[in-house]
Amino acid sequence: MTTGQRSVLDSVKPLGYRGKKLSGEKSPASLVFLILIWAALAVSFIFLLVLIITTFVEGFAVMRPGLFTNYPSSSPRDAGARPAILGSVWVVAVTALLTIPLGVAAAIHLEEFADKHNKFNRMVELNVQNLAAVPSIIYGLLALAFLSMLGFQNKNVVIGGAMALGLLIMPVIIIATREAIRSVPQEIREGSMALGATKWQTVWRQVLPSAVPGIATGSILALSRALGEAAPLLVLGGLVFVSFDPDGIMSQFTTMPIQIFNWSSRPQAQFHELAAAASIVLLVLLVLMNALAIYIRNHYQKRW
Amino acid sequence: MTTVRETGGPAKAPGRPAPFTFAGKPRYGERVIRVLLALAAAVTIATTIGILLALIVPALGFFREIPVTDFLFGDRWAPRFAKASFGVVPLITATLWTTLIALVIAVPFGLGAAMLLSEYARPGLRKILKPVLEILAGIPTVVYGLFALTFVQGTVFRQWLGLGTGAFSVLAAGVVMGIMIVPTVASVSEDAMSAVPQAMRQGSAALGANRMQTTLRVVFPAALSGIIAAIVLGVSRAVGETMIVAMAAGSQARIVSGPLEQGQTMTGFIANAALGDSRVGSIQYDTLFAVGLLLFLITLLVNFVSIALVRRYRQAY
Repeated sequence: MTTGQRSVLDSVKPLGYRGKKLSGEKSPASLVFLILIWAALAVSFIFLLVLIITTFVEGFAVMRPGLFTNYPSSSPRDAGARPAILGSVWVVAVTALLTIPLGVAAAIHLEEFADKHNKFNRMVELNVQNLAAVPSIIYGLLALAFLSMLGFQNKNVVIGGAMALGLLIMPVIIIATREAIRSVPQEIREGSMALGATKWQTVWRQVLPSAVPGIATGSILALSRALGEAAPLLVLGGLVFVSFDPDGIMSQFTTMPIQIFNWSSRPQAQFHELAAAASIVLLVLLVLMNALAIYIRNHYQKRW
Repeated sequence: MTTVRETGGPAKAPGRPAPFTFAGKPRYGERVIRVLLALAAAVTIATTIGILLALIVPALGFFREIPVTDFLFGDRWAPRFAKASFGVVPLITATLWTTLIALVIAVPFGLGAAMLLSEYARPGLRKILKPVLEILAGIPTVVYGLFALTFVQGTVFRQWLGLGTGAFSVLAAGVVMGIMIVPTVASVSEDAMSAVPQAMRQGSAALGANRMQTTLRVVFPAALSGIIAAIVLGVSRAVGETMIVAMAAGSQARIVSGPLEQGQTMTGFIANAALGDSRVGSIQYDTLFAVGLLLFLITLLVNFVSIALVRRYRQAY
């Protein structure tokens, strides 16, 4: 539509005419701006697409059963990621057992019991926010110092890795759990208390069951972050040649991200392909975890 | 009436002279539970104290041997050489380069995406677009690192563009890191812009402004402190990011004077040095923590600025 026509419409329908064309919504500057902000999102989207496509193209050729069943090897044809896959499972499982109860308990304290004006509780809140933004490698240094203090010679053990990752994702779990608890309506608590339940009985039998879907979603997303994290484990000395399955919390281990780092730091191109194949496995696992989180959110979340 | 009535209890039953109150029964179990819950919350404080102790104690050992000024202003970083030198400036230049390049990418793209999502997109479109950004945020950093090393540096920079650069460059690491930070900048600044009251947009529209003018001259300034907080948060992510720079930026600690050079960042040093076996108590071991302490203090400062700014804009409306 041209400018001339627009001014005609102006005079014809001064009142009832709804918006857009009147206010110069299609002026050149406006259109350029619209194109620019679309481009901002489009570039991110294209980048994501290119990343996924190149990783798949590079890694697909070496996607073979051996990748899942073989142990690492200096020959790219035999090398596999079996200890890394099992190591990831071990570390993430131990992390979940350590952190989820602790994080949920801390969140219950902050949401249900804490006096909001108490200095300690305000400090905890500020602290959780700050911990969420501490670089992951710092948690590795913390675990390294802690294990050295306890006299561990070999610091690359499952419990050490789980400790570093657990403290790393604890703020995420606390924040997600608080959101979930907060979304349970106040009336549920009041009803429970009116029937004579104590504060804790109310939390345990009413609030928590209603908040479980939100807590589960948040925890799965936090664990998916732990699954993809490499830096803290690297600091513990995770880049070792592990040619056995981890079998306990004191066992040496390596994980998928560490294996990818290891393979990609070798000069040979075949190892880069293996790294890409392992990346595909990791990405598929993460997609599955996220899908599970979204499924739980959509199917079990209560709408009040 | 009796005092029992006043406390809300039922009238005395005949034949039961003992006064009845609701508050009566002490529940020791619940007290224990409350203490346990508070202890769980205290773990977060213990974590911060633990981080500080874990970093400061070995760092003090380091600074007993190396003067602080030599560390902060020395321009040669060679902690493992026979003639060791501990000037952290080379690591800082590499960190500055990768962070700056990342911001040049992340700020315009992140803000553009935020404006689109907050001011232009209808709810249906947002539902499609936001997950794309969330996927971007969920990709492990090793996968980004591999992509930066093999595709961005190896294929695009060296083969397609024929840039005179080696196997690593701070540019490749910075660009990929920038894209990685886009979701952070976008989501925090979108929250800030969405918090701007609708009345301000309507007022702007009533004065004849179009959507672009409203976005840039009304919503953007109103949300500015939140947007700055988003950028500051992006800075802290970029300074602390490890795997991308460890894989794609390089591992030689030299002063970086151009984007096509390779360089080792602070995080890159910690990641690489930890690979070698450093004896506990040796100067190499303590060096990790001295650099870690510097990194932690920088991000702590940046985070507090960000948290303070976010609080400010939350109080505004």
